[in-house]
Amino acid sequence: MPAFYGKCISSRLMLGTAQYPSPAILAEAFRRSGAGIATVSVRREAGGEQAGQDFWALIQELGVAVLPNTAGCHSVREAVTTAQMARELFDTNWIKLEVIGHADTLQPDPFGLVDAARRLNDDGFEVFPYCTEDLVLCERLVEAGCQVLMPWGAPIGSGLGLNNVYGLRSLRAHFPDLTLVVDAGLGLPSQAAHVMELGYDAVLLNTGVARAGDPVAMAKGFASAVEAGALAAEADPMEPRDMAVPSTPVLGQAFL
Amino acid sequence: MKLVVNGEAVDSTATTLADLLAELGKAQAKVATAVNEQFVPAGLRAAQALNKGDRVEIVAPRQGG
Repeated sequence: MPAFYGKCISSRLMLGTAQYPSPAILAEAFRRSGAGIATVSVRREAGGEQAGQDFWALIQELGVAVLPNTAGCHSVREAVTTAQMARELFDTNWIKLEVIGHADTLQPDPFGLVDAARRLNDDGFEVFPYCTEDLVLCERLVEAGCQVLMPWGAPIGSGLGLNNVYGLRSLRAHFPDLTLVVDAGLGLPSQAAHVMELGYDAVLLNTGVARAGDPVAMAKGFASAVEAGALAAEADPMEPRDMAVPSTPVLGQAFL
Repeated sequence: MKLVVNGEAVDSTATTLADLLAELGKAQAKVATAVNEQFVPAGLRAAQALNKGDRVEIVAPRQGG
């Protein structure tokens, strides 16, 4: 099972908490999938609202580890201040660091990401950077102190799956011992299984579950797929080949 | 004194961040704060003076991806 900054989590599935049809469905999706980590955010609250307190009570009841994010931050300053507020609010050094560089694709800003990661690591945070699969960027993030990397599969909320399988495979080969998570872009359990077959440690998604017609069933489907893919990776898959090789013995076949 | 709280103009008599939170009924709420883009830890809110035009952010836990 994966370890994040020394903390072992009993599931390879990480789920976001946004966009569910209701709090009850959110809670049931977590319970039925066994997801071990929930991502959360910090946001302004309109005067007198108690939505934040109610949401926090719900998350605490789930009994999962909490990973706050800096979603929506486009600058290093915004991301660092948001992380500092999240650390106090959720009482954790974990931070899913997002520094967004492009409005349409929500692609991470690699330059701001490395800068923010360095500042936060220096300040005692344990940073989970939402990044691309770019090897040079990932090396810089590791140099900045990150012990977990979370490359995207595809743009957030797109459900496109793995846009660069080669890049993700290369990243795994380049960092064989680092905790690697594919975060974002997954819409189907088969895509999550593929991530695990590539040897990744975990999968993080939100929209693919929350926006499914039946989020609870989809969460369970993702959990099964993640487990299946992880088993496959551990089982040392056969090498593919171009030509057929009969699986039934040829020897002893009747001569007719 | 005019302040900007969560992006909205607010007329307040508070002289510190802790006073402002009390004025807004959030003294005991689970919130985090920043003034002029700088994080202010809960333990420093009483010492954080507010001046005319200060931009205050008060955030709470919310759903996230």
